[in-house]
Amino acid sequence: MDTILTAKSLYKSFGSIQALTDINLSIPKGQVVALIGDNGAGKSTIIKILSGVHRPDSGSLWINGNEVNMRSYSVRMARSLGVETVYQERSLGEKQPLWRNVFVGRHLRNALGFIRVKEEKDLTLAMLRNSIGLKGVGISADALVSTLSGGERQGLAISRAMHFNSALTILDEPTTALSVKEVGRVLDFIRSIPDRGNSALFISHNLHHVHEVADMFLFVARGTIAYQCRREEMSVAELFEQLETLSMAPYDHERTVA
Amino acid sequence: MKTTLYNYRLQLGLLLLLAGLLSLFIYLSPQTFLHRRIYVAFMSTIPFPTLLALGLTLLIVAGEMDLSFPSIMVISGLSFSNVAQATGSPLLGFFAALATGAFAGLCNGLIVVWIGVPAIIATIGTQFFWRGASTLLADGLARNLTNLRDTTFHDILVGRLFDWIPMQTIWCLLVALLFWLLLNRHIFGDDVRFIGDDIGTAKMMGVKTDTVRIALFVIMGLISALASVMVCLEMANWWPTQGEGYLLLVFAAIFLGGTSVFGGQGTIFGTVVGSIIIGILEAGIISAGLSGYWTRLVHGLVIVLSVSLYAMAFSTRRK
Repeated sequence: MDTILTAKSLYKSFGSIQALTDINLSIPKGQVVALIGDNGAGKSTIIKILSGVHRPDSGSLWINGNEVNMRSYSVRMARSLGVETVYQERSLGEKQPLWRNVFVGRHLRNALGFIRVKEEKDLTLAMLRNSIGLKGVGISADALVSTLSGGERQGLAISRAMHFNSALTILDEPTTALSVKEVGRVLDFIRSIPDRGNSALFISHNLHHVHEVADMFLFVARGTIAYQCRREEMSVAELFEQLETLSMAPYDHERTVA
Repeated sequence: MKTTLYNYRLQLGLLLLLAGLLSLFIYLSPQTFLHRRIYVAFMSTIPFPTLLALGLTLLIVAGEMDLSFPSIMVISGLSFSNVAQATGSPLLGFFAALATGAFAGLCNGLIVVWIGVPAIIATIGTQFFWRGASTLLADGLARNLTNLRDTTFHDILVGRLFDWIPMQTIWCLLVALLFWLLLNRHIFGDDVRFIGDDIGTAKMMGVKTDTVRIALFVIMGLISALASVMVCLEMANWWPTQGEGYLLLVFAAIFLGGTSVFGGQGTIFGTVVGSIIIGILEAGIISAGLSGYWTRLVHGLVIVLSVSLYAMAFSTRRK
C-alpha cells in the first residue's frame, strides 16, 4: 500500500525525560489514522515532530517515499511537502484579521513580497461561506480572530488546511471545546479527506469520535506505539478496554532498552 | 459609510485632536500660528523624531522595544562626521553612519534574540555603552560641520525644496509610505504582526521569527543613523548629547498614535499624526506664554493619558 508518511525509530527527549522511544508509524494514502493514548503518553510530541515544530534526537522521516533531511525539516518545509497541521490552540493570531490568519506564512504575493490583499480577502470570504461553522451573519474577512467562538476558530484552522489541499492533514484534538453541531461538521470534514485521495492523522480523547472516522488506530503509551489495529478489528467498547489495559500496564524497561 | 467611519475612528479621532490643538493655538497666539514661518520650522524639526518613531513602531508591533536609539544616533553621527571630514565626502560619511547604525542594531538584535535578554533591559545597556563610546571617542567635544553646508548632499537630505519646504519632510513622508506598505501590504509586516501577537503561533505558522526580529533591530539602527546624519547636517554640528531629547518624544508620539503597547497591532498613520501633535505642543505651549518647563509635564501627561485611554477602550487589564 502507498504511504504518504513513514516515521522510522524516532527518539525524543526533553532534558532528562525520555518523551518518545522508537516510534515507527506509517500513514497510508487516502486513509484516516487516529492516535489514541492517555495524557502525557507522547501523542502531541509525535505530532509536533511530524509537523516540523520539534526536531527528534534520532530517527528518520519519509514523505511520499522520499527521505526528509531532519536537520532542515521545519513547519515551512512540512507544508511545502503537503503536511498541514491544525493545532488545538495557538494556531491563530488573536489580534489579526481572518484573511491574514488564513494566509500567514504563505501569502499570495508578487516578486517583491507584496501581498495580493484583495485576492486573499475574496478567497477568505469564499472559504468562510463554504466551510464549517462560520456561516454567521456579517462575518467579514477583516473580522479579528478574537471575536470568534471556539468552534469558529477550529473551523477557520480546518478550512485553512482544506484550502491548501494538503496531502496529509494532522489534527490535534479537533473536537474539544466545540458544540455538538460543530463536532458533527468537523467529523464530516475529517471523513471527507480520503475522498480526494488525501490522508489525515488525528488525536482525540473521544473514542466514539475516533471510531466513527478513523480507518486505523495507533495506541500510544509511555512514549511508544504500544498497539495498532484496523477499524474492523475493534468495536468502541474494545477500544476503551484496550486503552485502559495499556494505561494500567506496568512500565516495561526491557522494551525501551531494545 | 457608517462602518467605514467606525473602522477609522482612531485615525479620525487623532486628526480631530490635531485640528483642535491647532485651533486652540491659533486662538491663543494668532501672531505665531497664522504665519507660514512656524510651519516651515515644524517641517524642519518634526521629521527627525518622526523617522525614529516610524522605526520604533515596527519594533513595538513585534512586541520588542529599543531604548538605545538616541545613542545609536550619536555613534552613527560621530562616524558620519569623522568620515565626512576625513574624506571630504559627506556621501561616504553617510554610508559609514548607516554601517555603524546597522551594526549597533545588529548587536541589539543578537543580544535580544540569540542570548535571550528582554529587549528593554538589553537596550538600556547598549544605550549607555554607545553614548559612553561616542563621548570617549570624541573627547567629549562637539564637531563643527559648517563646511558641509554647501554640498549637494546637504541639499538633497536637508535642503529647502522650492526654497521653503525642508527636504527632511519629503524623506520622512517617503519612509512613512514605505513603512506603511511594509506593515500593511508586505509579508515582512505580516510576520511582524504575528510575532507581536503570539510568538509561539508565529513559529508554528512557519514565520522565521529570529530573522525578522533581528532585522527589525537593524532597521531601527539604520533609521537612527539616517536621522542622525540629517540632524548633523541641519545643525551643521555633531555633539555628544545628540539625540537625548528624542526618547520621550518618540514614545509619546507612538503611544498617542494608537500603537498597542502589547504588540501585534500598530498604525503608521497614527505614529505620523502623533509625532506632529507632539511636535507642535512645545511651540504651542511657549507661544501661549507658558514657560518651557511646561512642555515635559505635558508630554508626560500625553503618554499616560493616551495609553490609559487605549487600555480602557480595548480593555487590556490583566485578569
